[in-house]
Amino acid sequence: MNSASSSAAFVLLLRRDLILAFRRRSEMLNPLLFFVLVTALFPLGIGANPVLLKAIAQGVIWVAALLASLLSLDAVFRSDFDDGSLEQYLLSSHPVSVLVLAKVLAHWLITGLPLLIIAPLLGVLLDLPWDSIKILMLTLALGTPVLSLIGSIGVALTVGLRRGGMILSLLVLPLYIPVLIFAANAVETAAAGLPITAHLSMLVGLLVLALSLSPLATAAALRVSLS
Amino acid sequence: MDSQSTDNAVTLEGSGLECIRDDRVLFSGLDFVLGAGRILLLEGRNGSGKTSLLRILCGIRLPEAGAVTWCGEDINRLGPVYYEYIAYVGHRDGLKLDLTPMENLAMARGLGNPNPDTSPEDALHRVDLLGFEDIPTRNLSAGQQRRLALARLLVTRAQLWILDEPFTSLDVHGIELAEELFHEHISLGGMLAMTSHHAVNLDSARVHRINLSA
Repeated sequence: MNSASSSAAFVLLLRRDLILAFRRRSEMLNPLLFFVLVTALFPLGIGANPVLLKAIAQGVIWVAALLASLLSLDAVFRSDFDDGSLEQYLLSSHPVSVLVLAKVLAHWLITGLPLLIIAPLLGVLLDLPWDSIKILMLTLALGTPVLSLIGSIGVALTVGLRRGGMILSLLVLPLYIPVLIFAANAVETAAAGLPITAHLSMLVGLLVLALSLSPLATAAALRVSLS
Repeated sequence: MDSQSTDNAVTLEGSGLECIRDDRVLFSGLDFVLGAGRILLLEGRNGSGKTSLLRILCGIRLPEAGAVTWCGEDINRLGPVYYEYIAYVGHRDGLKLDLTPMENLAMARGLGNPNPDTSPEDALHRVDLLGFEDIPTRNLSAGQQRRLALARLLVTRAQLWILDEPFTSLDVHGIELAEELFHEHISLGGMLAMTSHHAVNLDSARVHRINLSA
């Protein structure tokens, strides 16, 4: 198969997954609702102290985004596994990694992008200054795709297990931690007036690494899960 | 062993295949040759390894011993090249219930090697599902969903169809339709590897039976 028809298959699968998500809108809202609720409960839980809230805001928003992303992860391949579509991907004449990338991109557009869009609102809620919100958005834009990409490997490995949720978290969370550290720390560093080029370079590096390696690893993991 | 395929270069060949599941040997030392225009019919009791063998033929599952070759090349080395030639309908239909039949077929077409002679509409016509193009697949009956899964075979240019119990939940009319499709595929030089509990009404001169319980 030539690369032109493989990219056509990529677009076709991406579009199909977006259509499917649109037809099941309520499922799509779950992670977003979780993200908003967790963040909104923090001021109630620890008291409305602006100084304290401002200090923990970026950490809270990032941890909530990370957990929301983890929560939605299982959906990447679950329904495909249940209805047999996954077998059809493996038997496609296009590289499985290309199809995997389409699925992960669709998943990020459905669950990651809404987090990114609603994050400024939560930043305001936690009294973050506008400059910090901009950096928070930037780190979320770079970081959440990494979460989806790394997560897809874990889902591919656990999709054949009947109760893989626990193992999935244990597999994936340690790999999420570098993203969390660099992303949450960037906002703080910038607020102190220091340059954050190093943080952003690390995040871009992680993104490039995940983008190039994770589809291959996910494709291999899917073969293992289905055999 | 069978030498029915000497007249054509395209062959699917299994040699010394062994499958072990949960420490039980399902079959071992299994050999077969399948040539163009031929049918491989797997028989055997439940749990005798029919589905496992079909998944080995697809390359989804690896045999514990032996190899499957397509035109002399190991299928696991061929990878996507082999998949241009095969289409698989498992016991799960591989259909998205929230999509319409047309959308499902368009996806199947895009994943494989599209057949320029058969559009998704033609395929729906062949399995008698015209008029159901735009309703969600969820609303179709089990038999209609099965027919839609079989229609998937027509929209790609696969030479080898691998079918796991294709007649499940089909009524008499549906079985006739399916057999008609198989006949046509075989007479055009296609190949078929399938399992079935039903007596299959196909040209017995072309059928090579393997009984896994024997």
